[in-house]
Amino acid sequence: METRQSVPITFGRLSWNMVVCLLTSALLLGLLLGKGIGLVYAEGPVTAESGRPNASSLQGLASLDPTIQETTLKGLVDLNDIAFLPALTALNDGTLHVWKDATGSEKVVIILRNIELDGRETISFLDPFTGVELGKLNATDVFSEGELEMVTMRSGVVRLTLREGLDRLRLFDPDVVVRRATAAKLGNAGKLSKLPILEQALSRESHKWVRHDIEVAINQLRLDDPDPEVRRTAATRLGEIKGMRALSHMKELLTEEPIEPSDTVRASFTEAIESIESYQTFQTVVGSAFNGISLGSVLFMMGLGLAITYGLMGVINMAHGEMMMIGAYTAFILQEAFFYNLPPYLHDSYYFFALPASFVVTGAIGLLLERSIIRFLYGRPLETLLATWGVSVFLEQAARWYFGDLTSVNPPVFMRGGIEPMVGLVLPYSRIFIILLAAVALLGVYLLFFRTRVGLLVRAVTQNRNMSACVGISTRKVDSWTFAFGTGLAGIAGCAISLIGNVDPTVGKTYIVESFMVVVVGGVGKPAGTVVSALGIGVFNKILEPLIGGTGGSIYAKLFILAAVILFLQVRPTGLFPAKGRAAEVGT
Amino acid sequence: METKGSLDSEDVKKDETTTEPESSRREFFAQSGRVAAGVGVAALLGNLGHWALSYTAYAAEPVKVGVLHSLSGTMAISEVSIKDIVEMAAEEINAKGGVNGRPIQLVIEDPASNWDLFAEKAKKLLLQDKVVTVFGCWTSVSRKSVLPVFEKNNGLLFYPVQYEGEECSRNVIYTGAAVNQQATPAVDYHLGKEGGSKKKFYLVGTDYVYPRTTNKIVRAMLLAKGIAAKNIMEEYTPFHHQDYQTIIAKIKRFGAGGDACVINTINGDSNVPFFKELANAGITSGECPVNSFSVAEDELRGLDTKNLVGHLACWNYFQSVNTPENKAFVQRFKDFCKKKNLPDAPRRVVDDPMFWGYIGVYTWKMAVEKAKSFKVDDVLRALPGLKVPTPDQGIIVDRKNHHTSKPVYIGSILANGQFDIISQSAGLVDALPWSEYTYPDRDCDWSNGGKGSFDMMGGTDRIWLDPKAAAIET
Repeated sequence: METRQSVPITFGRLSWNMVVCLLTSALLLGLLLGKGIGLVYAEGPVTAESGRPNASSLQGLASLDPTIQETTLKGLVDLNDIAFLPALTALNDGTLHVWKDATGSEKVVIILRNIELDGRETISFLDPFTGVELGKLNATDVFSEGELEMVTMRSGVVRLTLREGLDRLRLFDPDVVVRRATAAKLGNAGKLSKLPILEQALSRESHKWVRHDIEVAINQLRLDDPDPEVRRTAATRLGEIKGMRALSHMKELLTEEPIEPSDTVRASFTEAIESIESYQTFQTVVGSAFNGISLGSVLFMMGLGLAITYGLMGVINMAHGEMMMIGAYTAFILQEAFFYNLPPYLHDSYYFFALPASFVVTGAIGLLLERSIIRFLYGRPLETLLATWGVSVFLEQAARWYFGDLTSVNPPVFMRGGIEPMVGLVLPYSRIFIILLAAVALLGVYLLFFRTRVGLLVRAVTQNRNMSACVGISTRKVDSWTFAFGTGLAGIAGCAISLIGNVDPTVGKTYIVESFMVVVVGGVGKPAGTVVSALGIGVFNKILEPLIGGTGGSIYAKLFILAAVILFLQVRPTGLFPAKGRAAEVGT
Repeated sequence: METKGSLDSEDVKKDETTTEPESSRREFFAQSGRVAAGVGVAALLGNLGHWALSYTAYAAEPVKVGVLHSLSGTMAISEVSIKDIVEMAAEEINAKGGVNGRPIQLVIEDPASNWDLFAEKAKKLLLQDKVVTVFGCWTSVSRKSVLPVFEKNNGLLFYPVQYEGEECSRNVIYTGAAVNQQATPAVDYHLGKEGGSKKKFYLVGTDYVYPRTTNKIVRAMLLAKGIAAKNIMEEYTPFHHQDYQTIIAKIKRFGAGGDACVINTINGDSNVPFFKELANAGITSGECPVNSFSVAEDELRGLDTKNLVGHLACWNYFQSVNTPENKAFVQRFKDFCKKKNLPDAPRRVVDDPMFWGYIGVYTWKMAVEKAKSFKVDDVLRALPGLKVPTPDQGIIVDRKNHHTSKPVYIGSILANGQFDIISQSAGLVDALPWSEYTYPDRDCDWSNGGKGSFDMMGGTDRIWLDPKAAAIET
């Protein structure tokens, strides 16, 4: 009963959400484009004083004696020179090494492991200051010809000094992510002594979100300033710029010892907290809407192929999940092939080839499947189910045998991270990409089925096979190509999902249930129903998860959706958009 | 340090001191003559045997040893590697003359990540193949499934994976960590200054017995250490969960103040979407570190580590342990993979559960050699107190509870998928199968006729949980 009511409500909210989200994403795209132009990185050393990097400072840094390492490091850190950043980072990351070559002379270098085009593993030696490559050797030769010893942090003091020094220098790192993380860290650390360096960084910074983070950090630190007026203005400013990081500290100052002494300052704290919290509620709504739509698009991509093979043709293809797996593995193979055979700047372009390739490869396998098995089983759903189940088990085991255990598709660099449309809300590029891909796929399928002659044939055959055959349509051919198209779409879905999930032999089993659920709820035979049911289930899921809360939000949200779907199908066995007339009989 | 010592031979010597039986003089002479002759022949045979072993194939009959790891199904991802390294250990031991002069013959079964099949295959190994010991299992469910089989048929299982504790079987040697050798030291680290003096903890895990039990203990510990209940979040996701958007959003908010950390007990393939989402959301290790208990070097091979640098893991071994023995050990494994032409051989790594799988084989070998017998009860008697040298610091088999004392390390993820060891225990940490936070009155003792787990109920009398258990005779 409840489901009957809740569904229209969900959709009402959904469409509203969609409008909001479309508007925001349009805005975001604008921001994103603007960002590229606006980004000017404040270059140059913090202080260009004496003490340029030299060899002796490196020897000291690599010294086995903790005290020598400590004093050298302290000296370097105090110079505040960004030129030391690579060497210090390398020490921190464990890539700084002492390289003793065949002649026995020792050099301090940063090592970089590469995999060459021919698959050899090599090690490059970089100058810790200039980044210039000093030499390159086969990884195997390194251990036979000379000796390579990692420079470790020889004492706890070294580790602390290094981390602290890096915190300062990293406010000027060329990488935005590093600058933001450093600002956040300094603000959270709560040391007033860091104020000058943060202020200096702010004056040089031009990137919008780095500026925001530095400003939050500065005001966060000022909450502990001895001057009440400074504390008050800091709180007010935090309220204005929605400095979420300061929330827990302000709450602490209101409830735990030492409590903020001034009444006016406390009032400003309360005001700021309220402002930030109401903003958080708004952010949750926008965030959940995006998450819902994103999950909906993932579900839609999973279900779209099935909506054609099962929905239109009535073939219960239990190997649909494995078709997605094949798409994902196609992406993986291309990624590896590009990685081993092409220069580094072309590595990421694999993804542009992966999408069409996964469509073609999976489609071809679908065609083969139809020609060899499924065509003999039309109209016998039980046999089809068993046969395709067998195919799915076969494919899963074949993937395990060939690819083994650990395979991973790494999203291209330009798809890492996300847009930040408003403070604290990150919309990952990979998810935005899937939403756009889903929209394009939907449009493509619509145009193909309703605006082309091929589509007309497909619809004619699925509606009335005999009549179509009578008017001269080769129904066999249409069946084959429709099935191949449907599985090809599953391949694209697999390729898309590999961006956010993993690729392993069991991936098909993970997705098959949800794919069928989406199609059945949407109404068998109506691709349009798939859109509504996928988005509905996605958004509903993302609204439920935080509402249920507790230790099992995601578990119970899934259960709840499943129960709701079962109840819904009791009331409307034919789904949201039942097919009418003769077409309704085809699937059953 | 006492831990670095090699095998103590004193224990062996003590066993030989037996009282002389009363006998007549003639008999005595005859006997001593026989003994002398016997010793001579034995020495000669021993030398001959040694010579024969080093130059020709084995004359001795091989001893059958079972391997029970999933080679297909969900858990194959993790378990195949352990099977590989157990094979390597057996090969090494055979090359050096086997165990008690007999080469190891591995009987490898694939329980296919199917918990019921684990019990069936265990039965097959024990009853049909009559193996003298089994190395196997990964998930706690699989271990619980084979437990009755091993106890009923008096088999011996070496279990290599960290687990939730609250168990202490007569027939299992736990070479992986108990909760107090991984989870509680990790939490302690984050509470301390070095780990950022964290005040808020987000516990996220997969919905099954290991994460639930571990988090029950972690929660009890945090409450005992003065962390407010409202600052502990706990959340579970099903196996294979793929959509972590909501949880990541919550973590981002939870950790915004820099005073929070995440304790991750997610298992298996779900770690990939979890970490992908985490990196996309811009949650950095500086602000809110994630400390994982089920992500090791092997799992990192499947992840893009560039975005994970600085996040943590707590284990009892890392491939980066800096000893010459360990470097040689890692190289041996890489060579082994290359020789066997295993998939992805050049990029193979060693990690904690693999290490304990490997050490398990050597622990068993030492115990058999000390007992001079392959019989389960003899080996069980020989195990307590055994000091096993390892490529790292060495370990000691506990005198009572069938677990092992070992070092605890906290490592931070490096860009190359290895760990930088940033904190380590002073020496070895003894295992407590029953956590002091959840079962302060409970312990385990198999020594001196003990019957495993017992309760003190606040008093001094031991109440055995299973009074009918067969004690290990001394």
